[in-house]
Amino acid sequence: MNPASLQQLIDFSYIAAVVGFILALKWLSSPVTAMRGVLIGEIASGVAVIATLFDPQVVHYRWILIALIIGAGVGVPLGMVKMTAVPQRTALSHAFGAMSAALIGIAEYYAGTPKLSKFGMAEIGLEVIIGSLTFTGSIIAAGKLQEILPQRPITYRGQNIVSLSVLSAAIVLMVILIFHPEYAHLFAAMVVVALIFGIMLVMPIGGADMPTVISLLNSYAGFSAALLGFVLSSKVLVVAGALDGASGFVLSVIMCKAMNRSFSNVLFGAFGQVQTSAAGVTEERTARSATAEEAAAILAAANKVVIVPGYGMAVAQAQHKVRELYDVLTKRGVDVKFAIHPVAGRMPGHMNVLLAEADVPYDRLVEMDDINAELPQTDVALVIGANDVTNPAARSDTGSPIYGMPIIDVDKARTVMVIKRGMSPGFAGIDNPLYYLDKTLMLFGDAKAFVGNILRELSGNAHG
Amino acid sequence: MPADFISSLFVFILAGFLGVELIKRVSPLLHTPLMSLTNALDAIVVVAAIIIAGRHETKISTILGLIAVAASFSNMVGGFLITDRMLHMFKSTKAKKP
Repeated sequence: MNPASLQQLIDFSYIAAVVGFILALKWLSSPVTAMRGVLIGEIASGVAVIATLFDPQVVHYRWILIALIIGAGVGVPLGMVKMTAVPQRTALSHAFGAMSAALIGIAEYYAGTPKLSKFGMAEIGLEVIIGSLTFTGSIIAAGKLQEILPQRPITYRGQNIVSLSVLSAAIVLMVILIFHPEYAHLFAAMVVVALIFGIMLVMPIGGADMPTVISLLNSYAGFSAALLGFVLSSKVLVVAGALDGASGFVLSVIMCKAMNRSFSNVLFGAFGQVQTSAAGVTEERTARSATAEEAAAILAAANKVVIVPGYGMAVAQAQHKVRELYDVLTKRGVDVKFAIHPVAGRMPGHMNVLLAEADVPYDRLVEMDDINAELPQTDVALVIGANDVTNPAARSDTGSPIYGMPIIDVDKARTVMVIKRGMSPGFAGIDNPLYYLDKTLMLFGDAKAFVGNILRELSGNAHG
Repeated sequence: MPADFISSLFVFILAGFLGVELIKRVSPLLHTPLMSLTNALDAIVVVAAIIIAGRHETKISTILGLIAVAASFSNMVGGFLITDRMLHMFKSTKAKKP
């Protein structure tokens, strides 16, 4: 085949790949067609990769094949992680994606330095800055999610000024490079400064804000790939990057809305510091606690139960016990549903995946707005490892740091039961008035163990 | 401004708006698989990495390109694999389990 028609064939394979990507996202809209979406995505990517291997520019194969094999060798175990590890795996894959984009930009700089135009240098500079900061930022996020790094926000006085100065330094270096692209040492410095900024960007962010941050990093990783497409004039990269960037962006907006916060507030607000004033007035309040036996009796007598899972359920690995509870209650004729808050857990959709893994049918997983309409007719709301997303202060207390955040209105149910380790406030350190309501029973203990005890009581009743 | 940039910008704007419309329709139920799938699709940067590494221009660009090939291909393989596994877990009460 002559080179011109080969190049056309490769271009057509890229166009086919783009069509496949769009269909993949379209079919992901519903669980019924989602599998088809993954398949078309796989085919599209496979076609593009194989076509690229025939590109006449590619003269050295051996090392590329070795790199592909290493990539597959790393990718398979990362694709087989447990569902509880999905947030950190996702953060790590953002890091890999951003790193690839940054490395290609850097390689392009070193390969093309003498003949780089001002415009080309600006594209490369921007691309490498975003790719680099997303790489280190995602590594920090993964470290926090894996609990290698502390999940608490790490803050110090003047942090925002220091961070913004570092970002400005990277941008100044980029501007100098636009006029003097041959200053390779400045380019290296720019990369290092951008890498440092990525660390500074994510360090101050607490675990509860991870759903937003992971979405933002998703968006940055996508946009760095799109920018790479600009650098290399590769439309397939522009499209894939724009789709990925748009996805991360839409998810970030959804997460921010679900927390009633702005982007800048998540990134620069350092959630951990605000609450001290709110906890000023402490009156004597008492919470009632109950045993597994009492809880089992109340659940068995209910007609309608709504379970509200949160990050605590994931930490306690309680999802399988919760599914057993769902099974037992459903068999007794109780209507059991799960209320899923958009920011429950550590990434968008985290609770859905955990419960799906435990075999809870997905049509029982109900979104916040829909379940809130049903809660006034609900006999028992059972909160497992969720805290702030059920805090009625978000509705009523204008002084509360989470005031205005949409919540799951568990306090409207006839009885509320909360499985919790102790009375300590949640991650954000905000007191939850829900626990002191007359209708609320506190079930103290590990989520997995406590649900296990309830199950034992329920099966005891059935046989005795 | 180079003509390439303008045409890339056209494509970027169109794809960006299309992406927003497509993603808005994705059920919140599937937001985690959505993120892993877009990650796998984004790993298409592997094609650029293959070309950079395969062109063999300078030693440094080849080495960086090869690392990028491995990193992005691991995203492609791992991303599709985990998305597939997750979607297999989503079952409805209507469809009886075999």
